[in-house]
Amino acid sequence: MKKTYNINEKGYYGEFGGAFIPEMLYPNVEELRQNYLKIMAEPSFKEEFHQLLKDYVGRPSPLYFAKRLSEKYNTKVYLKREDLNHTGAHKVNNTIGQILMAKRLGKNRIIAETGAGQHGVATATVCALMGIECIVYMGEIDIARQAPNVARMKMLGAEVRPALSGSRTLKDATNEAIRDWINNPVDTHYIIGSAIGPHPYPDMVTKFQSIISEEIKWQLKEKEGKENPDYVVACIGGGSNAAGTYYHFLDNEAVGIIAVEAAGKGVHSGESAATSALGKEGIIHGCKTLLMQTTDGQITEPYSISAGLDYPGVGPLHSHLYKSGRGEFYSATDDEAMTAGLELCQLEGIIPAIESSHALAIFEHKTFKPDDVVVISLSGRGDKDLQNYIDYFKL
Amino acid sequence: MNRINQKLKEDKKLLSIYFTAGYPNIDDTAIIIQNLEKSGVDMIEIGLPFSDPLADGPTIQASSTQALKNGMTSEVLFDQIKDIRQFVSIPLIIMGYFNPMLQYGIEAFCKKCQEIGIDGLIIPDLPVDVYHSEYKATFEKYELINVFLITPQTSDERIHFIDSVSDGFIYMVSSASTTGAKVGFGNTQTEYFERIANMNLKNPQIVGFGISNNETFTQATKYAKGAIIGSAFVKHVTQNGIDTIDTFVNNIKN
Repeated sequence: MKKTYNINEKGYYGEFGGAFIPEMLYPNVEELRQNYLKIMAEPSFKEEFHQLLKDYVGRPSPLYFAKRLSEKYNTKVYLKREDLNHTGAHKVNNTIGQILMAKRLGKNRIIAETGAGQHGVATATVCALMGIECIVYMGEIDIARQAPNVARMKMLGAEVRPALSGSRTLKDATNEAIRDWINNPVDTHYIIGSAIGPHPYPDMVTKFQSIISEEIKWQLKEKEGKENPDYVVACIGGGSNAAGTYYHFLDNEAVGIIAVEAAGKGVHSGESAATSALGKEGIIHGCKTLLMQTTDGQITEPYSISAGLDYPGVGPLHSHLYKSGRGEFYSATDDEAMTAGLELCQLEGIIPAIESSHALAIFEHKTFKPDDVVVISLSGRGDKDLQNYIDYFKL
Repeated sequence: MNRINQKLKEDKKLLSIYFTAGYPNIDDTAIIIQNLEKSGVDMIEIGLPFSDPLADGPTIQASSTQALKNGMTSEVLFDQIKDIRQFVSIPLIIMGYFNPMLQYGIEAFCKKCQEIGIDGLIIPDLPVDVYHSEYKATFEKYELINVFLITPQTSDERIHFIDSVSDGFIYMVSSASTTGAKVGFGNTQTEYFERIANMNLKNPQIVGFGISNNETFTQATKYAKGAIIGSAFVKHVTQNGIDTIDTFVNNIKN
């Protein structure tokens, strides 16, 4: 049998994945597990999904040859422009898919977690589109530091509930969303925003995001006369944009897979979110994966200047890519990411999200050959990060 | 015979109490266990605190956070209760989330439990399927009873599977909720209790979630072998400290 890095029938990527959930969640997760592939394969589902991606999200997103960036690093750099999607990031690919899934499962109440607010906005957007009640859990600290996105969610009709437990950030918002689902087991669908959580979430989110690599293949064929780049590069927090960027190249080992995590103030500074370097196998939010934890198994708080990468775990697919050696893992510090972000502004006229700037910082860590074709996922736009850029560069 | 099975044979309704180890103060663990037994409690669940307790409401979350701040770990807990069997003879169960046990090492954790005289474990985020295929043999080697939860949403088929894998009691969660979220029972609960009672399972059931006083204890044990109180006890300890545990227990048993 051909070697595959994809999920197996039991919901594992190698040794990572599974569904480690309290019994209270079992009926919900099992209902989804039994139905998600069937629903995604329905012609009417596919048609509606692709129609919305085209007319509402604005797909396909361009694959842009970054000429000046390529000249600077003496290689061929393409940017996959997820930043040009409606709502400003790749997140909406998944929320469109999941809202259609929720409708087909007969759910009339949506919950979501959000860190920086991008997934919250993408969820509030599709709920407004479908006229479905939306509740977004967000850490109290994140609510304070991401005020514009909180306002966006409210304008879109969502209720933003502060997560007051633990460290009051993304990890705790996720806990609160899971608790809400336990307390509302019948009518509610939980739209997880990243390629994490109990099976089938990592696989479902990855498949909705796989539109990214599906487009890269035909777009690259048009531009370079070949479907496969030499490398695909993406930043990883939980890892949904990365999962979508890698998906159609996973089993083609001629394509190099590169992940860039957030090193914060330095991998070993104590203020970092570089999970592959610092993490150990364990259970977080229902799946077995690499996560940052104490020797006693308590989950620790990550740090990154980028709220979207500020998560103590990575999706199980990425743990498998790391452990198996299929993926090359790097981490970029706050400083490296901010510098790479500003460089993209000045060389290409594109202001990237700070998350995406981490992927752009790959050039600090790896030298490519002049004829290498390197596709970087530009997962989001930087409007939401303006205050961070202003503070950092004293603009 | 395991102390849990022995206790379940007694001709009475059982009261089990959950508390968070290392809360309110780090050294309260062994004192709370002894006071609970003296007060006439039938079984104790020692809560091993976790940073991210998904199935718990605010009361147990807050006690867990404080216990961790106080310095509680698996290692510390085992050390605090290493001689507990010199003083206490009722069944003792450790209730905790899977990750801390996984990091300690499942075999090492089970071995330690047996050495100390722990009788069983409740691990809400270890699904019965994974337990059955990967860990059952280890638990049995160290004579530990693993207790599974069922909820009003659990299908009959799955309840029968859980019953077949269990060898002690089934933890019957009274309503779809996190701990401490709801107090009291309505018609939905009564119907659910009756449905389960009519399934004639081989394992007795003990009801948890929503029990906080004599009234709810009596309602729950009308259909089941016993009842578990968690959040209400943790609240009592938060408000009154650990010296009036007998008052709390007497009020429940009336």
